[in-house]
Amino acid sequence: MTRLKGGVVEGRSEGPVRATCEVIVRRREGAYWLLSLAAREIAERAQPGQFVEIAVGGPHTLLRRPFSIARVSRQGASAGTIDVVFDAHGPGTDWMTSVEVHDVVDVIGPLGTPFPLPQRKVNTVLVGGGYGVAPLLFLAESLLRKGLRVDMINGAGTAERMLGTIEAKRLSASVAFTTDDGSYGVAGQVTDVLDEVLDRSNAGVVYACGPNPMLRAVAERCRARGVPVQVAVEERMGCGLGVCFTCVVPIRGRDGQVRNRRSCLEGPVFNGARIDWDAWGIPGAPPPAVAADADAAPPGPSPDPDLAAPDVSQPAPRPDAGDGPRGSA
Amino acid sequence: MSAEVRLATELAGVVLPTPITSASGCFGSGAEIDRFHDVTDLGAIVVKSITLEPCQGLPTPRMAETPSGMLNAIGLQNPGLEAWVANDLPWLAERGARVIASVAGSSVEDFRLVARELTRLGGDTIVALEVNLSCPNVEDRGLVFACSAPDSAEVVRAVAREARVPVLAKLTSDVTDIVEIARAVVAAGADGLTLINTLLGMAIDPETGRPELANTYGGLSGPAIRPVAVRNVHQVHRALPEVPILGCGGVRTVTDVVQFLRAGASAVAVGTSTFVDPFIGARLAHELRAWCAERGIADVRELIGATRPR
Repeated sequence: MTRLKGGVVEGRSEGPVRATCEVIVRRREGAYWLLSLAAREIAERAQPGQFVEIAVGGPHTLLRRPFSIARVSRQGASAGTIDVVFDAHGPGTDWMTSVEVHDVVDVIGPLGTPFPLPQRKVNTVLVGGGYGVAPLLFLAESLLRKGLRVDMINGAGTAERMLGTIEAKRLSASVAFTTDDGSYGVAGQVTDVLDEVLDRSNAGVVYACGPNPMLRAVAERCRARGVPVQVAVEERMGCGLGVCFTCVVPIRGRDGQVRNRRSCLEGPVFNGARIDWDAWGIPGAPPPAVAADADAAPPGPSPDPDLAAPDVSQPAPRPDAGDGPRGSA
Repeated sequence: MSAEVRLATELAGVVLPTPITSASGCFGSGAEIDRFHDVTDLGAIVVKSITLEPCQGLPTPRMAETPSGMLNAIGLQNPGLEAWVANDLPWLAERGARVIASVAGSSVEDFRLVARELTRLGGDTIVALEVNLSCPNVEDRGLVFACSAPDSAEVVRAVAREARVPVLAKLTSDVTDIVEIARAVVAAGADGLTLINTLLGMAIDPETGRPELANTYGGLSGPAIRPVAVRNVHQVHRALPEVPILGCGGVRTVTDVVQFLRAGASAVAVGTSTFVDPFIGARLAHELRAWCAERGIADVRELIGATRPR
């Protein structure tokens, strides 16, 4: 890779910057990868739900890749670092797995609109799927600092795709784990336990991050129960900066009109009740599911899924990679 | 030493402090990139195309990465003339930006009306209009204007009649003879040309057999198209040396800028590379100054059209 000098920061005194960041930690997290990057300005400015865009190497790769911010450290031994967690599922993220400690990567962030924190003292439920759990751990810390109760539901395809179990237990009043194959926690999907957790928590708001079909299922369940729901979506991104208009999501405004909003600028966090899921092409609940069967997963639309997800969890299921928490239905 | 290099250039009578501009559709409204740096660092801001009515654009997926480039099919999503004039223009004016407003439409009359309103309301901020001819013409089976010399000329004539600032016609390379189209739009009143728009392309998911883009076809941009763009600039400049050209297509480095200038461009627009580096417009101006200084070039305009035979 091209050798970059670390610690070079360009930008204004607030908002996103471009920084060259030394890799401090690189390790596996179950089926995923974690990189911890020295990025002082980004760590100071980032809020839960925001993401960074990282320049990736490899032959002929042009575009940056979006990664949600899984954690920031502002004090202590790792002060001034951010963590990103990702799945190697395309040429860009494959390259990211080749990055080593002390390598320097080119990062822009923090980007996007964060999860809005409750203004009142309400209980919260956080629903994560796959590595969509990552930004929710960051969010949970912020909610706890505000003295709010956090209950979590974390789902994944298999036990090794269940991220951050120990932290989830540490940060939450209760946590329910679900896996498609029953290899960790309850066999099933996050929506199978959502009602029970909402009843127990008496939640005033639900936050969700994971595959889009899971977000739809969670948002529709919350809407039916009258609980506000904020979701961090995934849509293929070009720039992450708000200028290419690739990553739009149809959002119904207060006037009832549906308009395409950029998930990199006006999102990735949206009011889940305002997303027009049908217009977006996100499937709703299928008929009661048979056991998770990767081979039966419908082929996804994208051979280059690593452009797709700032926040999130899984690419659309593919015949060769259908091991994710494929929604919650 | 480098401070002695003059970077200012002139494009169809408009003086630009540097020859580096944004490219339409790659710089949003300007405010998105201003989060990173002062966008008036650019010679001019070419804004995203403006249509008469608000336009929600095409469904997703809208983009696919390709070797050294990308395909996009956005469908001209924009807030529409009224909202642009109410929201984006005042911000650009307050910042003191030099704006090249990109005009789009699906009929000649659409183009004319947008041009008329932008002329009426543009003040000192809009320094030129760019006519995005790569729009489907509803009055001609949805063929893009830019592929037809008479259709292109008709649009440019309508816009030029309304305009009080220079009019640039943005052309596509997806034609048999770009010089013919260039001659037609210049005869119709274009004061300059923007060369080139994206090249029409396609990518297919090898597993599913589906097109990668919801729109099936999309525009190819990025470094992959740069040689095609340089060729078009060179070809048109040789045929019509008096017509100013805004060169555009895959610019990423200072030497790319120099290639476009040498091919005959008076200014150079940066498009897709902004997606990767929001600072690129300011950086290229800085690097161009240094590049010229190292070679004893006192005025960047010396490079315009400066090629030699092989």
